[in-house]
Amino acid sequence: MSTTTTATANTKWWSGGKSPFNLEYGKVMMWYFLMSDAFTFGAFLISYGTTRFATNGWPNPNEVFRSYPFSGAFSAPLVFVSLMTFILIISSVTMVLAVRAGHNMDKRGVVINLILTILGGLAFLSCQAWEWTHLFHERAWWGRNPFMNADGTQSSTNFTNFFFTITGFHGFHVFSGVIINVIMLIMTLQDKFEKRGHYLMIEKAGLYWHFVDLVWVFVFTCFYLI
Amino acid sequence: MEDTHAVHGEAHADGGKKEIIKVTVILTVLTLVELALGFWLMKIENQTTRLEIKGVIIILMMAKAFYIVAYFMHLKHEIRNMIMTVGVPMMLFIWFIIAFLYDGNSFKTLRNTYDPYKKEQSTIIVEKKEEPKEFDSENKKK
Repeated sequence: MSTTTTATANTKWWSGGKSPFNLEYGKVMMWYFLMSDAFTFGAFLISYGTTRFATNGWPNPNEVFRSYPFSGAFSAPLVFVSLMTFILIISSVTMVLAVRAGHNMDKRGVVINLILTILGGLAFLSCQAWEWTHLFHERAWWGRNPFMNADGTQSSTNFTNFFFTITGFHGFHVFSGVIINVIMLIMTLQDKFEKRGHYLMIEKAGLYWHFVDLVWVFVFTCFYLI
Repeated sequence: MEDTHAVHGEAHADGGKKEIIKVTVILTVLTLVELALGFWLMKIENQTTRLEIKGVIIILMMAKAFYIVAYFMHLKHEIRNMIMTVGVPMMLFIWFIIAFLYDGNSFKTLRNTYDPYKKEQSTIIVEKKEEPKEFDSENKKK
């Protein structure tokens, strides 16, 4: 079976006896799940885009998202969301390091990096919770939009509906990712993977976590930047 | 059985610590450039320039997505079959985005042309009833 190690053109991937994708079954299935999830998020974001293209006016995101904790009335657009973005990128990096430690069968490295990833996820969720609370107190919610369009005309509730639905759906994914990572941490501490002889489960959790980061790249751009 | 075989196949392709650092730096720089453009965008009034900046931001966004999928999710180091099985279905998005945004834009044009009431409504400048209330004063009221 050493043929699986070399990805040459001569390898008969489809003749049976090995994974034609040179990947373990669970990882292939995780990829397929993430593809379906990508289309779900894609559909959400495209419907947002379509609505925005079909509407004459739209609120200015720099007016809406201009606060961060303890800033009071001081207007600082983009500052808080940049922090959230960096938190997610860094937690993605620590997840890569956890996967890498798993490859080297380095239990200590896996535990440390998983804990850092979980902390990053929780920090992101806390930021989002603060932002939602803040907007809620500004009277923004599903079906309620206190913000005017950028040109001063009356806006519809489409803006808040899409914002809360899409960031909420993403936040729910982050939440599930944190739960999955906690389960991975517990399994690592129980030596489940040491006994199994490999840390492939960490890689599947890692794929999911990177996907959450990936989706944020799109959500962040579509809602806050443009 | 298959699981353990697959492991050996992947083990070498993990990429070094160097690659992780490189990709982290690239992602950070791309984000900083995006943010700089975002701040610049606030001061620009010209609609064409605004659209151009937004286009650049979208290109940077795609670059970030590429680096996350290719290196963090490791897709670049998988075999061709795997890359194709993920990549080809994603091309549906090309149609998806163009068709729906075009449709949205067409709907706006049609409505502005044939629904003068709607068009007029969307040009009325409304007075802001009150300044957006701050978090604390809002809490006290409740």
